[in-house]
Amino acid sequence: MWEYTEKVKDHFINPRNVGVIDDADGIGEVGSLACGDALKLTFKLGEDHKISDARFQTFGCASAIASSSALTEMIKGLTLEEAANVTNDDIAEFLGGLPKEKMHCSVMGRDALEKAIAHYQGQSIPKKEGEIVCECFGITDLEIKRAVQESHLKTVEDVTDYVKAGGGCGNCHERIGEIISEVLGEPVMAKPAPKVLTNVQKIRLIEETLDREIKPALNQDGGDIELVDFDHNTVFVRLRGTCSTCAASQVTLKSYVEAKLRELVAPDLVVSEVQQ
Amino acid sequence: MNIIYVDNNATTRVDPAVMEAMMPFYTVKYGNPSSMHAFGGNVAEDIRHAREQLAALINASPQEIIFTSCGTESDSTAIWATISSLPDKKHIITSRVEHPAVKNLYEHLAKKGYKITTVPVDRQGRLDLDYFHDHLTDDTALISIMWANNETGVIFPMDVISTAARERGIVLHTDAVQAIGKIPVDVQKNPVDLLSLSGHKIHAPKGVGALYVRKGTKFTPFLIGGHQENGRRGGTENVAAIVGLGKAAMLASENLGDTQAAVARLRDRLEQGLLSRVQNAMVNGDTDSRLPNTTSISFEYIEGESILLMMNEFGICASSGSACTSGSLEPSHVLRAMGIPYTAAHGSIRFSLSHYNTEEEMDFIIEHMPPIIDRLRQLSPFWRQGKPVETMLTGAECPI
Repeated sequence: MWEYTEKVKDHFINPRNVGVIDDADGIGEVGSLACGDALKLTFKLGEDHKISDARFQTFGCASAIASSSALTEMIKGLTLEEAANVTNDDIAEFLGGLPKEKMHCSVMGRDALEKAIAHYQGQSIPKKEGEIVCECFGITDLEIKRAVQESHLKTVEDVTDYVKAGGGCGNCHERIGEIISEVLGEPVMAKPAPKVLTNVQKIRLIEETLDREIKPALNQDGGDIELVDFDHNTVFVRLRGTCSTCAASQVTLKSYVEAKLRELVAPDLVVSEVQQ
Repeated sequence: MNIIYVDNNATTRVDPAVMEAMMPFYTVKYGNPSSMHAFGGNVAEDIRHAREQLAALINASPQEIIFTSCGTESDSTAIWATISSLPDKKHIITSRVEHPAVKNLYEHLAKKGYKITTVPVDRQGRLDLDYFHDHLTDDTALISIMWANNETGVIFPMDVISTAARERGIVLHTDAVQAIGKIPVDVQKNPVDLLSLSGHKIHAPKGVGALYVRKGTKFTPFLIGGHQENGRRGGTENVAAIVGLGKAAMLASENLGDTQAAVARLRDRLEQGLLSRVQNAMVNGDTDSRLPNTTSISFEYIEGESILLMMNEFGICASSGSACTSGSLEPSHVLRAMGIPYTAAHGSIRFSLSHYNTEEEMDFIIEHMPPIIDRLRQLSPFWRQGKPVETMLTGAECPI
């Protein structure tokens, strides 16, 4: 018998938001009857561009049903950008945790959400990128890598619990082990590979990082930031909104903005504030 | 909440008469049967009596019974004993639907260089006898085929199997854990050489089993130690449990006729009740040759663990062959060997009854199951407005 939390049991016995939205804006379907779990997620956007309704249908075990129910509750009221940041660990956490062997149920929720958002945006997630590693469940190396990175998985068993790969015949265990070492062997922040960027590339990347990572965070506290200039690895920015009057703005600038830009763009950047 | 226990192929309630027979061995008669003093030595008499009771249940002689700790130990003992006494033969023939106690040991032996032939079953779970006959060779050390299947209750034709084994002079082992006490098992009529059984499936406690070894069968002990069990199984006897197993065996013989027929009527009432009230439901297994207490029913388009947990809310205890309940990611190897489609395999529920069940309990289940099934189907993307629907996920592949 699985040890489910009270919250899992509650969302299983009294699932929220069951059904299909007929004129849905986004539809995401994942899983299969053959594999033993499947989820259809639909959502509707309100006039404020926030998710006004979300419904699900799930074929699967109690934790799959509870994860789907939790997901619909979590994303209601979020913008698509916010919803896109919901991870499988968030779903598991919302439920007070899932048995380790059932983590793949939360991954299914995240995958359905990703598909539904992509569907709304008119994109289609390419069905299978990468090379199939687990023949039994049709799981690719890229899916395994992602799970290992995002959920800090360390063993083949972990990978099976999260994405099912390796849970069938077991022939791929060796390959999964190799993928884990590949991922864990890489430097932790492997995104900006230590390649030389041109100034133009740096500026683009700085702008992107400001827009995607930094501005949304400052906006939450009523602040904002603007790129003024870039010269010899110094990033000149102007703080706006509450940031411009905030006593802690220098701390924010160094410990957050500069750290983030060094992490995601180049390790030798210096951030400097331009006064009003 | 009242518990309705229909999971007797998993384990059974200890019969109060068995409990009563066992109690003195925990309280006053706690001596060791190997002792020189009468206080211990007298206990050997009780073990002798239990051995006679158990031998009578399968029409064996008491010297042919070895008490063990469980069905798995009996299986392991039988298989290791046979292959160690026939070191030159490297082939074993078994079925695709064996219990893990047997199946996993053969998978282990396959890695050690044994050639293992697994006889397939058909859609009803019946053994492919032609395949069986065709794969017996001069190199075959052992035939090892269960008497009855734990998941579907399908009974294998032990008469045909034992005749073939006799004709070719091949040792025959059978895991009869599920057959014992439910149908007549007679080792003279169906001359098997080795037979495994377990106490807790027949209303004796957990932690005791037995192995029947036909007189003249080559044998090497599995547990090497003291002289207990005539030197065939070392270790101080689990006296109370052995006495309990003897008593349970005696009660099982008494119950084989009318009582098991009554269990079958309850099972049929449950089965018919459910099939007539729930659409897209089907019985797995050959209903013409089946244990009286077992039915495996698949409820299509929903998943077994969810069904069991909903049943749990009503105190109904059963089990499932679905992937999620097994702790693995695949549905039961038995249902897969039968070729049960995935739509059904994931939603299979096994009800296994005992003579403790009542008509009222069956009616309670018949009343409460259909709403559970309905509810889960309303949640399922493969079901809409009272019937199955095709979605883009229906045909999605999962080539396990």
